[in-house]
Amino acid sequence: MTSPEALYAIALMGLATFAIRVAGLLLADRLPRQGFIAAWLRYIPGAVLAALVAPAIATGGPAEIVAALATALVFIATRSLIAAMAAGVILVYLVRLLL
Amino acid sequence: MHDRLKDEETSPFGEIGRGVRACVPVCISVGAYGLVWGVLAGQAGLSPFEVLAMSGFVFAGSSQFVALDLWSSNAAALPIGAIVLAVVIVNLRYVLLTATLRPLFAHAARPGALALMFLVTDENWAITVGEMNKGRATPLFLLGGGLAIWSVWLASTVVGRLAGSAIDDPTTYGLDFAFTATFLALLLGMWRGRGDIVPWLVAGLSAIFAAQMIDSNWSILIGGLVGSLAGALVEIWRQRR
Repeated sequence: MTSPEALYAIALMGLATFAIRVAGLLLADRLPRQGFIAAWLRYIPGAVLAALVAPAIATGGPAEIVAALATALVFIATRSLIAAMAAGVILVYLVRLLL
Repeated sequence: MHDRLKDEETSPFGEIGRGVRACVPVCISVGAYGLVWGVLAGQAGLSPFEVLAMSGFVFAGSSQFVALDLWSSNAAALPIGAIVLAVVIVNLRYVLLTATLRPLFAHAARPGALALMFLVTDENWAITVGEMNKGRATPLFLLGGGLAIWSVWLASTVVGRLAGSAIDDPTTYGLDFAFTATFLALLLGMWRGRGDIVPWLVAGLSAIFAAQMIDSNWSILIGGLVGSLAGALVEIWRQRR
């Protein structure tokens, strides 16, 4: 059963997350378009994705490392997100079966 | 809210549809990720209604995973403060993401632009930034992709919660790797040249270091900040020479 506390927690989680999303757009106006800060902003996207991916692969076992390599190779060969994701999931599944 | 020049070329519905189509591949991995989260949410004691409310209103996958870690089905024992703080820390990186979407809007402080930020996720942000680099992104493109991902996230998390008893362990099917595989492919799609080597390596290594030494919730934020600063430092240093 849903308690008032649970709904209160979900409401606060949602409001805080929305406030963060809005703050980024509003703060962007005060950030310069050229120089160090602008260069920094351009590098954020790739760096955030690299930071999302690296620990997951580094803390994984052989299955995750083999699957990550397969994902990368399939993506480079096909440029297809679906094919790359499917290759990764299938290889993780197969290698875990074998090990 | 949207760019008049672009609207002369394409209808609003055409732009929304283009955003939906561009996000179809990531919708598949969002769906797989959502199923996994739904199953885990059931194990953490969330009711189907709570799953619907959290997915629909918070709409931020990694922070919802962290919240499950702290969740308690006993209302008196629910650590609301700790949950909200953990969610804020994991989601702080959205400041960096939505800031890079600023060029989409002539005026950022309009209600439409602010409301649209609710739909920004890692996935449709990466796809929209890719379109921005080609000069083809519009707010309606972002809206289409956001609505597609939001619907899939809502549906898949609820289905995962309801089917939870049937799938005991998502790792059996390799579905837990869908998240990593998707972000790895999105990362490779962002390759712009050798200037990306230093920030990506520094971001990855500092995220691994932060995950082991400090806390895995901090690793995305630390890696993203340190890596992007390293990239900017190298670029400025090369320009000075």
